Amino acid sequence: MNILDNFFLIALPYIALAVFLVGSIYRYTYKGFQLSSLSSQFLEGRRLFYGSVPFHWGVIFLFTGHLIAFLFPRSVLAWNSQPVRLMILEITAFVFGISMLIGLVNLLIRRYTTPRLKYVTNKMDFVVYALLITQTFVGLWIAYNFRWGSSWFSSLLTPYLYSIFTLQPDTSAVVLLPWTVKLHIILAFTIIGIIPFSRLIHFLVPPINYIWRPYQQVKWYWDKRKVRSPRTPWTLQRPKNN
Amino acid sequence: MDVRSQVSMVFHLDKCIGCHTCSVACKNIWTDRKGAEYMWWNNVETKPGTGYPTKWEDQTIYRGGWQKENGKVTLKGAGKRRGLTNIFYNPNLPVIDDYYEPFTYKYLDLIEAPEGDDQPTARPVSLITGEPIDIKMGPNWDDDLSGTPDFARNDPNFQNLSAAEQEVMFQLEKMAFFYLPRICNHCLNPACVASCPSGAIYKRGEDGVVLINQEVCRAWRMCVTACPYKKSYYNWHTGKSEKCILCFPRLEAGLAPACMHSCVGRIRYLGVLLYDASKIEDVVHDDEKNLINRHMDIILDPFDEKVIRAAKMNGVADSTIHAAQNSPVYKYVKEWKLALPLHAEFRTLPMLFYVPPLLPVMATLKQVDNTEQADKMNPIAKYWDDNWLYDTSTAELWGTLDQVRFPLKYLANMLSAGNEDMIKDKWKKLMAVRIHRRRVTVGDISNEKADEVLRDAGLTAEQADGVFYLTALAKFEDRFVIPPAHREQAIEMMDFTGDAKGEIGFGIKSKVKRGL
Repeated sequence: MNILDNFFLIALPYIALAVFLVGSIYRYTYKGFQLSSLSSQFLEGRRLFYGSVPFHWGVIFLFTGHLIAFLFPRSVLAWNSQPVRLMILEITAFVFGISMLIGLVNLLIRRYTTPRLKYVTNKMDFVVYALLITQTFVGLWIAYNFRWGSSWFSSLLTPYLYSIFTLQPDTSAVVLLPWTVKLHIILAFTIIGIIPFSRLIHFLVPPINYIWRPYQQVKWYWDKRKVRSPRTPWTLQRPKNN
Repeated sequence: MDVRSQVSMVFHLDKCIGCHTCSVACKNIWTDRKGAEYMWWNNVETKPGTGYPTKWEDQTIYRGGWQKENGKVTLKGAGKRRGLTNIFYNPNLPVIDDYYEPFTYKYLDLIEAPEGDDQPTARPVSLITGEPIDIKMGPNWDDDLSGTPDFARNDPNFQNLSAAEQEVMFQLEKMAFFYLPRICNHCLNPACVASCPSGAIYKRGEDGVVLINQEVCRAWRMCVTACPYKKSYYNWHTGKSEKCILCFPRLEAGLAPACMHSCVGRIRYLGVLLYDASKIEDVVHDDEKNLINRHMDIILDPFDEKVIRAAKMNGVADSTIHAAQNSPVYKYVKEWKLALPLHAEFRTLPMLFYVPPLLPVMATLKQVDNTEQADKMNPIAKYWDDNWLYDTSTAELWGTLDQVRFPLKYLANMLSAGNEDMIKDKWKKLMAVRIHRRRVTVGDISNEKADEVLRDAGLTAEQADGVFYLTALAKFEDRFVIPPAHREQAIEMMDFTGDAKGEIGFGIKSKVKRGL
């Protein structure tokens, strides 16, 4: 049991994180053309709404929630110190979880019942669906059966995750947790590990820059003023866009 | 003054014969790839008609282009707020059925069918699924079908035409149509660039070509919505958007774009325009009725000393300025004021201009009395007993302008943001050139009359001869004045152009493979 625990709770996270880091950087740097959200709305534009929208907003809320509980555990515990606030947080998160699950199931049904989509679906897509649906279901199961996860996540899982990231893995608290929670952890790291090999990679390139960039973009292959100046020497170095 | 140069175009609609050679040339070079089969970066539409994709001009459906609300100009269906909140599901995205399902035929069945009593047939199959399909739509499905209820009557340009005005256009004996070839307009205020969340689309500073960086595109698909001309297409296979690149690898090598080079009617002109980029924002915010005039105003005179100096200050090459001075586009757009942008009300400031069609619009059917003529004839001579005459005469000078077969308003909705006088002005000029040339070549029009017509249209005899030359006689070098790309200064404008067919088509060295 100890070996298994060590493998799944220590080795797997490190393997997954290493694969994630190296793979994503490699794909971003050298395979730009293969980095796309691969939207299939163009081939089927009606049923997508009932899948994509609930799934994405659900996953954004829940991912941010997990991230906040990891980064600011004390704030979460302070927020949860009043039962009403705890209830609000837990119920909201559960609703978003349900929305995510409904979205995923709709997406799965849509993808495998629309004839055209067969031609833009690969095996990895199925793996992604299977992992995400299982993970969402397990997450909801834990939230329902082991109440007030936002509180015990902050006091139990945050130290574990912190120990992973500080390279001093400490699983003493996590090994005592129910197997469903362990499964949730294992699936989470597996999903992180397959990001470079699946369409999930598009979550790394959200168009945040769009918020502050000017609407119009003009690019120059060379500095137009400099190039006309007689003082500019002819150079083999390619000028940067200005 | 921020002087920039733009490779700009004029399409002379009177000369278009609707042969689709341009579309085929473009398709053969750029879009015969998986996922791009349905794309026609260049397409030719019959007008009145619904076009491709169906009813693309109707922005209540597709929500493309810019809109002015309370003095602010914003993207209609995309933009920072709308684009980012609709990123998971774009409610205004056209789907493949709005274009058409690409198809081919099972030609092999013609050869390999077993011997039998019936002729073998080549069934149409979908290029997406490979399954047999019934073809319901195509990129030029409404070709020459003006007047039909499914196509012509659904033309969005009929919006504010009365039922009676519309009916005139659909009477069989009066019906007229013309062709509208379309490519990307390479706008000065491109909606696609503004809508792209990942910033993959940009306008090239040197020549104004609007391009999509295939390595940065992430398939957020906002450009498809934002372009009011629907000239940005989503490649469903690679998950990247693509659009007309104005054949920039050809342009840089001094060749005309494939669609223009192959044009049978020689309707296409390409040349440099110098414009004042600092005024674009101002122009875009102006009232709809001023848009076209303001658009024309920021196009600068390449012979003006001040403009030349400012252009040089800005790094525009001497050769480019020289190209601008010889530009056929400048002549049509500014000097003769004969060309208009398509749907200026979308506020993208398109840099592709159209000379409005004069014929067969101007021609009418006139009932004539043929008895006198028939009496003169030999009793056994064959003569047409039809007493309707296809009449293009100009006895009353501008008399026919008001009795044209096309309601002016229809063309005005398309080419002048609803301003009928503007179309009338172009028609007068086109007609004046014809009258002037008739005086010169046939000589049956009096000098006083021809001069009066020219004066009325605002053209000199030399200008009219210039229009005639560039319209009717222009050689290849007259129609395409392409500025050198100056690779010696740019070192290389792109890394690698020698890509192979079946790959992405431009700017990519590696084998093109869809992402996981």
